[in-house]
Amino acid sequence: MAIEKENFSRRDFIKNSSMFAGGVVFASLINPYKFVFATKQPKGKGKWYGIGIDIEKCIGCGSCARACKIENDVPDDPFFFRNWVEQYTITNDERILVSSPNGGIDGFKQPVPDEDIYKTFFVPKMCNHCAKSPCTQVCPVGASFESPEGLALVDQSYCIGCGYCVQACPYGCRYIDPLKGVVDKCTLCYHRLEKGLDPACMMACPTGARVYGDLNDKNSAVSLFLKEHNCAVLKPQLNTESKLFYNDLSQEVH
Amino acid sequence: MDKIQSLYEALTKVDGFIYPNELALNWDMLIVMYPYITGLVAGAFILASLNRVFDIKALRPTYELSLLTALSFMLVATMPLITHLGQPLRFYEMLITPHLTSAMAIFGFVYLWYLMVVLLLEIWFDYRYDMVIWSREKKGFMKFFYKALTLWVSDTSPESRKTDEKIGYFITVVGIPSAFLLHGYVGFIFGSIKANPWWSTVMMPVIFLFSAMVSGIALVMFIYMVVTYLRKQKIDMNALDTIAKYLFYILIIDFTLESLDQIHRIYEADESFDILKILVRGKLFFTFFIMQIGVGVVIPLATLGFLQFKKPRVRIRKLIYWIISICVLVGIFYMRWNVVIGGQLFSKSFYGFTSYKVNLIGGSDVTLSLLWFIVPFFILAFLLWLLPPWKKAPPIEIPED
Repeated sequence: MAIEKENFSRRDFIKNSSMFAGGVVFASLINPYKFVFATKQPKGKGKWYGIGIDIEKCIGCGSCARACKIENDVPDDPFFFRNWVEQYTITNDERILVSSPNGGIDGFKQPVPDEDIYKTFFVPKMCNHCAKSPCTQVCPVGASFESPEGLALVDQSYCIGCGYCVQACPYGCRYIDPLKGVVDKCTLCYHRLEKGLDPACMMACPTGARVYGDLNDKNSAVSLFLKEHNCAVLKPQLNTESKLFYNDLSQEVH
Repeated sequence: MDKIQSLYEALTKVDGFIYPNELALNWDMLIVMYPYITGLVAGAFILASLNRVFDIKALRPTYELSLLTALSFMLVATMPLITHLGQPLRFYEMLITPHLTSAMAIFGFVYLWYLMVVLLLEIWFDYRYDMVIWSREKKGFMKFFYKALTLWVSDTSPESRKTDEKIGYFITVVGIPSAFLLHGYVGFIFGSIKANPWWSTVMMPVIFLFSAMVSGIALVMFIYMVVTYLRKQKIDMNALDTIAKYLFYILIIDFTLESLDQIHRIYEADESFDILKILVRGKLFFTFFIMQIGVGVVIPLATLGFLQFKKPRVRIRKLIYWIISICVLVGIFYMRWNVVIGGQLFSKSFYGFTSYKVNLIGGSDVTLSLLWFIVPFFILAFLLWLLPPWKKAPPIEIPED
């Protein structure tokens, strides 16, 4: 039996290689930033979630952090949180004191006497669900990803637990679950959103300091919140396009 | 769980404020070993290529030794990473479904390229002729083993040796940028994290590269001296002096680059500067100023610099080289330590610090790190027994056209 040999000429080789190279160049022209940003805001009319937190309204009760731990089976230890509250105290001699004992779940104590306090306030923290999320960008296997609704989620059955995303998050919102060996983070209670329910932290807040909703819908709670308040995001210089907007954010907050 | 226990202990040692999730240092000593070991590979290979490509003849006695050292460390280079994973058995996901925007995802491919295409091929072409000869001399299993290593190629003609030589040269030429890629890339894994101002510098890949060369050269220097001593042979002082000369030059470049990075950081003094200043002067004082700069740079630079002008007796010189190689190896280890551990000690809120305690006894990260550092020496011992450079046939002369 004769062996059939395909006869490739040099011309064919050059043709094929240049077609491939041209294809790569063309693809990168169509979508030049694909490799830079993990996701881009979808152009369609789907939901695009954002969160608003009104610092003026937060009383530091820690209900959000407590509700989150219960709802999402976050380990009880005081160093694993999807959601926590920080207390900022600026003294008359311009010292900045920050604390978050047990994430604020057990409430706060103010160690500084009243007469020494210049101002004090609470800042609830959670995942910023950035539009250009650095955490999903660095995941080596794609287990951290952004949902079409703009939420940074983790496929825990796929995560290898390397911790690179924990390093990449500028806001300290991720932790490695000590029992599962995989990363865990706020999902804005995606499992509840799917059923048409509100996230646990939103439900638990007694003062209505937290709102969330569809940023594409200009009448949603979060869109109206942004319209009525002068909001800011954390660490804007990092260009993560955070979608967690704070009203009355003091410049001391990082 | 003792890990949780140690976190409760760490909780009492927090200075200032950190984000609650920052208490646990996710990248422990194993991740210090990862760039350290990878750097040794890249450095040892560069030393080998100095002889092969840049034709520095004085380095001939260490050529094979450098390659085998690179291979021994390369074989375990991924082990610290894999054993560190929360789900070690899922590591293959990185190879079969790499996420292309991740700097870490491509490491597997860079690693395999370097191991398979560069190191193994180069060593194979270098030893092919000798393995054929050895397969003829040995008996029984070893005969079969060497035959298998030659892939049943038994050509010993001068033409085939010339071809080996040419292909080997070509692979080394490809290998130099590959070695640069391998370790520059490891630097990029850290340098590309914008959330961490201690890591996020464009200099990181370059600094990693040069510190890799420094550590690899020091390692080969150390191993060459120990192996020659164990074989009760005479050390080729010319080779050793030449290695020391290159170590000196590259150490100068490395230190210049690192200083540039720090001076730039200090002069720009951006928002992260205040916390980093406290970090370097406080928690990193010993590892940064004493170990990395003092032991790792100042002592070797001063000594090697002195030796460029005045050469003491051979015995003293040998002792100096031996001590200096250890100093450099220790210094570069602490350089990796300061990057990896230092980068996690301060809070990204810039308001405080967490702590990292090395559990010398019973800490799984320390035990594993030590293991992954010791195993390569055993692999090297095996490779030197299997492929002894000193029993190789003299190289064939290629007439210049």
